[in-house]
Amino acid sequence: MITTSNLSKKYKDNKVLLIDALEIPKGQSFGLVGNNGAGKTTYFSLLLDLIQPTTGHIVNNEVQVNKSEDWKPFTSAFIDESFLIGYLTAEEYFYFIGELREQNKADVDKLVAQFEDFFHGEILGQKKYLRDLSKGNQKKAGIVAALIGNPEVIILDEPFANLDPTTQIRLKEIIKDLAEKQGTTVLISSHDLMHITDVCERIVVLEKGEIVKDLKTSEATLKELEVHFTGMDVL
Amino acid sequence: MFKHFINLEWKSAFRDPNIGKSIGVKIFMGFLGLCLLLMFLGTGLSLYPALNKLFPDADPLLVVNNFIFYWILGDLMFRFFFQKLPVMSVMPLLTLPIKRHKIVNYVLGKSTLSFFNFLPLFIIIPFGITLIYKDYPVNSVLAWMLALIIYTQINNFLNFIIESFSSKTDLAFLPLTITSGVLYTLEYFGIISFSNILSNAFNAIYKNPILICVLIAILIVVYYINFRILRKKLFLDASLKNKVIEVNTSNLEWTKNFGDIAPFMQLDLKLIWRNKRSKSTVWMLLLGLCYGLFFYPQPTYIDKPWFFIFIGIFSTGIFLMNFGQFIPAWDSSYYKMLMSQNIKYERYLESKFMLMAMSVVIMFVLGVPYVYFGWKILLAHFAAAIYNIGVNTHVIMYGGSFNRKKINLDQKAAFNYQGTGAVQWLIGIPLMIIPAVIFGIFYAIFSFEIGCLVMGLIGVIGIIFHQKLMLFITKKYLESKYKMIDAFNQDN
Repeated sequence: MITTSNLSKKYKDNKVLLIDALEIPKGQSFGLVGNNGAGKTTYFSLLLDLIQPTTGHIVNNEVQVNKSEDWKPFTSAFIDESFLIGYLTAEEYFYFIGELREQNKADVDKLVAQFEDFFHGEILGQKKYLRDLSKGNQKKAGIVAALIGNPEVIILDEPFANLDPTTQIRLKEIIKDLAEKQGTTVLISSHDLMHITDVCERIVVLEKGEIVKDLKTSEATLKELEVHFTGMDVL
Repeated sequence: MFKHFINLEWKSAFRDPNIGKSIGVKIFMGFLGLCLLLMFLGTGLSLYPALNKLFPDADPLLVVNNFIFYWILGDLMFRFFFQKLPVMSVMPLLTLPIKRHKIVNYVLGKSTLSFFNFLPLFIIIPFGITLIYKDYPVNSVLAWMLALIIYTQINNFLNFIIESFSSKTDLAFLPLTITSGVLYTLEYFGIISFSNILSNAFNAIYKNPILICVLIAILIVVYYINFRILRKKLFLDASLKNKVIEVNTSNLEWTKNFGDIAPFMQLDLKLIWRNKRSKSTVWMLLLGLCYGLFFYPQPTYIDKPWFFIFIGIFSTGIFLMNFGQFIPAWDSSYYKMLMSQNIKYERYLESKFMLMAMSVVIMFVLGVPYVYFGWKILLAHFAAAIYNIGVNTHVIMYGGSFNRKKINLDQKAAFNYQGTGAVQWLIGIPLMIIPAVIFGIFYAIFSFEIGCLVMGLIGVIGIIFHQKLMLFITKKYLESKYKMIDAFNQDN
């Protein structure tokens, strides 16, 4: 589904990302971990064509993302709060995204209704603009908006941060469900090793912009990741 | 402690990521400031001889005292629009072991050093020195000068009090404008003569310097009120955290008539109506509408038909210019999202075009009553409106593709230069001057009617080639996509 080849991103002489080859098959739940500055968000930004690669390219479902815009209809993302439109209410925002993704109000209502428990009654019908919601609630709205329009690829940067425990657990179910039952390719990044091993079939560890580990998740994975990250601290 | 505060502010000023980018604006503002200073200095130096000439029988000092009321009123208005509340990012300081009253005292103390407080000195001091030179009693003149300086400070703090009460509303300028208007009217019709009261007060200080204590007492009171207001605001739930207002949602069904640009139009309308900065473009409509009233009633202008086209362009295009100059920066805070969504850029821009074109039509229709001043005015406005729709909309959107400045929608708009760069200054040339020149040429060679016809024709040509022009403009926007994303990502 997503093929990365010879991809690199440099800022002046500072190399922030270098991925020779990475293949993410359709329907995989793919996790990206790494310390701050490892290049997780850079990779996602390249995938969304928000920045230009220095070399190489990413092909998303046979569309090269920095050449054509045809990847947009089947790809959606929530990177950070700048993906929200602060002066809209949550409903208005959902409908707006829905219209861009050719979903009518009924479609959007139906989808959003599935997440009522996820919202905890704090998002819908609040008569509040998104900018006035708490960080956690903003995140919830952004994540659900990324699910509108049956995208085949969903990219979520640090979806678990800022969420309360109940929502974290529910989000894990949602992500698993997307990948397993609906065949959606889900890419997430996280600093929480426990969550990411729970959710993802495959975990890639980035370090200073390069892939240092590519693991198929098993019972031993969490241990291995913990050793990897503590080991780095010792060194 | 104050040393730390000054150090922090110094760093925040010089480590501002935009320091290089906004240097042009700063130089421009500095230049304006310098001009003002020189003007004031000139006034201060020439005031005494000028008054002597104008009112040969009166004592210049008494004449000045008679005008103090107007001076104070003007000063207050001027400050209200130009002087910003002293701000400092206090949030990170609140949890540190710093006494709140120190922060407040520092912020208030800093405001006394404002440019606006130094400006009057350039009149007061030269005038005072002239008085001493002309053998006025030194002590009295010094007391008088001190009294005025203290009054400047009182105005300084009074302005903050007024602002802190009125800044919460969109029409912040109304209360002060109305109050000043009422005071002025009372004065004008001689119901209550504030200028007499104030001039008596200053004369009294001149005669009896000890009375200056009254002014000092007033200063202390306004300082204290400010202190109280600011101190209350230093809690998270007061001002630092924004108040949440219940929102009324409207579905704007009528925009559906515009087909596939409807979602963007709805978004733009909500953007304009729900954010402080953009809402001011709506109030500017009123100004644009009334703009002609400043000129047409005066016989000086009614004989100059070439002037009509200029007013027409400005009056029908006021929204176009105010809104258009910040395309696409209005959407800067979520530009990343738009760029990763499945949007047709052309539709996005088309929606802005429709809004601007509609505003021009509405402004023209509302301006039809200007026909009262002559049919030529209506004709000129009509030609200007067509020119605005056909040419200026495209020009301003093309200019937008060079826009690299983020806008914070929540900040108040009056004299807010955020997001203003060279583009905004330069774009005025093609928007206003070129049409005036084109019209002027045809008016000079042929006639008023031909001039209007040419303007209208150029506009119609622009409308005919609208699709082609939009394709070209869209391409420009797409070319600068990465630069815009990067620029809008930087916090100001």
